Amino acid sequence: MMEALDIFASAGLWAAVLRIATPLIFGTLGALICERSGVLNLGIEGIMTFGAMIGWMTVYHGGGLWAGIAVAALSGAMFGLLHAAMTVPLGLSQHVTGLGITLFASSLSYYIFRLSIPVSGSPPTIVPFQPIAIPGLSDIPFLGEALFSQTAPTYLAILLAVVAAIALARTPLGLAVRIVGENPHAAEAQGIDPIRLRIGAVVVGSALMAVGGAFLTLSAFNSFFPTMVQGRGWVCIALVVFASWKPARALLGALLFALFDAYQLRLSHVVGKAIPYQLFLMIPYLMSILALLVMARRARVPQALMQPFRRGER
Amino acid sequence: MSIAVSRRAFLLGTAAGTLALATSRVSAAEKLKVAGIHASPVENAWNSRLHEALLAAAKDGVIEYTFSEGVSGTDYPRAMREYAEAGNKLIVGESYAVETEARQVAADYPDTAFLMGSSGGPAGDNFGTFGTWNHEAAYLAGMLAAPMSKTGTFGAVGAIPIPEVNILINAFRAGVSEARPDAKFLVGFIGTFFDPPKARESGLAQIDAGADILFGERIGTADAAKEKGIKSVGSLLDYTPRYPETVFANAMWYFRPILDAAVKDVQAGEKTGKDYSPYSFMKEGGNDIVFSESMVIKDSIPAMEAKRKAIKDGSFKVPVDPSEPT
Repeated sequence: MMEALDIFASAGLWAAVLRIATPLIFGTLGALICERSGVLNLGIEGIMTFGAMIGWMTVYHGGGLWAGIAVAALSGAMFGLLHAAMTVPLGLSQHVTGLGITLFASSLSYYIFRLSIPVSGSPPTIVPFQPIAIPGLSDIPFLGEALFSQTAPTYLAILLAVVAAIALARTPLGLAVRIVGENPHAAEAQGIDPIRLRIGAVVVGSALMAVGGAFLTLSAFNSFFPTMVQGRGWVCIALVVFASWKPARALLGALLFALFDAYQLRLSHVVGKAIPYQLFLMIPYLMSILALLVMARRARVPQALMQPFRRGER
Repeated sequence: MSIAVSRRAFLLGTAAGTLALATSRVSAAEKLKVAGIHASPVENAWNSRLHEALLAAAKDGVIEYTFSEGVSGTDYPRAMREYAEAGNKLIVGESYAVETEARQVAADYPDTAFLMGSSGGPAGDNFGTFGTWNHEAAYLAGMLAAPMSKTGTFGAVGAIPIPEVNILINAFRAGVSEARPDAKFLVGFIGTFFDPPKARESGLAQIDAGADILFGERIGTADAAKEKGIKSVGSLLDYTPRYPETVFANAMWYFRPILDAAVKDVQAGEKTGKDYSPYSFMKEGGNDIVFSESMVIKDSIPAMEAKRKAIKDGSFKVPVDPSEPT
C-alpha cells in the first residue's frame, strides 16, 4: 500500500504527467474555443493526425522544429476553414461534417505519408524538441526534475491555457465569442458578425488541435505512424465537457487525466499480477467518466452549441 | 475511421499492384502470384517483417507480389476474396481478428492457398498458419543482458499479453535468469500495438522503478532507454541502426523460411493446410540474435554462442511459456 503512495513522491511521475498532458491541453483548448463560439468540431482526431504527419514531414525535409509546429497549425487552420465553411454559412450537421473531416484528414495523412516515405519497419526519425533547462528553476531538487525539465511546447501549452482563459473572460473579443456561442442573434444586434466570428474561432481552434498532434511526432516521439493519435482527440472532446467550457479547468482536466495515466503505468509495477493489466489501462478513462459525472452536472453548455446561425431567422 | 483508412489504402494498394503487374507481365511466366493483406500499415514492426520477406522474394524472382495495408477486420474477408478471385495462388496475412471468417473464405477457394498469422490451428487443405516465434533469440539476448544490469531489474514493454508476446518476454526472462537467478522483472502492457509515445512512457515508468535494461517488444521503448542513458533489447527487427548507443541486441524474426516453405508446397501442389510455425525456429533460420559486440560484456559471449549452437543442433530447447508475465 505504501508503495502505491510512494509513486506520488517520485519526480518522474510528475514529469510524465506534463508530457502526457501536453497534446491533450492543445487539443482541449482547440475544441473548447470552437465550442464556445457554438461549433462542435469532431474533426479533432483527424486534424491531430494530420498535424502529427505534416509537422514531422516539415522537419524531416529540413525545416526547423518551430517551422514544423507552424506548418501543422496552418494545416489545422485549413481543415478548420473547411469545417467552418460547411457548418457555419451552409449550416450543415456539425456531427457529420466533423466526422467527415476526421476520416478525410486521417486518410489524407496516411496517403501523403505513404507516397513520400519509403516503407520500413523502422521509419525515419528526426531530432525532436529536447528538454530545456530553465536557469534557477531546473536546479531545484525534486521540483526542478518534476516540473521544469520539459520541452518548449509543453510550456507553450500551459501558457496558451492561461492566455485563452484571460482572453475569453476579459477581452472584448472573448466576450464576442461567448455571446455568439450563447445567442448569435443577440450578438448580431450588437453589431458582431456571428458568421465571421464562428469561422475565426473554428480556424484558430483547429490550428491548436493540429499543434497537439504535432507534439506527438516532434516531442513525445520522433517518427510518424499513421494511427498514432490513438483516440487522444476524443479524450479532448470529453475534457471540454469536464472543463465546463472553461480554459483553466481544461488545463486541470488534461493534467488530471495525464496523472491517472502516468500513475497507472507505475502502479502496475507495484501491484503486479493481483489485478489484470486491463484494469490499469482503464483507470484514466474510468476516472474521467467519474469526474465527468460530478462536473457535468454543474456544467453550463453554450446555449447555441450545434445550432447553425441563419440571419434573420427567429 | 479505420474503415475509411483501409478503403483508401486498399485502393492505393490495388492500384499500385495493378501497375506492378502491368510492368512485370513479360517476365512473369513462372512466378507464383502472391498477395499480402496487412491489417496494419506496413510500418508496424510485425507486418514489416512479412512485407520485407515478400518484397525480397519478389526481387529474387520467386514470386509476384501485390499487397494491401491497413485492412480492418470488417474488410478483411472481402479483401481475401478479391485477391483469390484475382487469381492469386497464395495469400499471406493475419487472421487474428477474423479467425472464423478467414477459414470460411479459405473453404470457398480451394484452389488458393492461405498462409495466415493466427492464434488458431490450420484448417482444411489450404489454410496454413504460422506463429511468430523469435523466443529463442530473445533467450539469447537475455543471456547477454543479464550481466549488464547494475540494479538487477529488467523491464519489458509489450502491446497486449497474447501468447506470442508472452512467450517472447518469458523467454527473455528465462535467458536472464539463467545467468542471474536473483533478477527482478517488470512488465508493462500498453493495450495497443500502435502508440510509440505511450510505449516510451511505459519504459520511462520502468526506469523510474529501477529497471536499467529494457526489452522492447514495442517501438518507443528504446527511446525511453536512450533518454535515460541505459541499454535496451529490440525485437523482430534490427533496431540498432536507429538507436546505435542504446540497443545492444535484437531478437530478429525472419519470415522468409515460412514463406519459402509455403511457396514450395503450392508449386508442388501439396497440401498447405498445415502449421508452418516450425520454420520460425532458429535451426530453420527463422529467428536469430544480432548484437553489437562492443556494447556487451565480453565474457558473456562464449556462453551465449554455446547455447546458440545447442539450440541449433536441437540439444537445448528454449522453454515456451505462454502465461502472462508479471
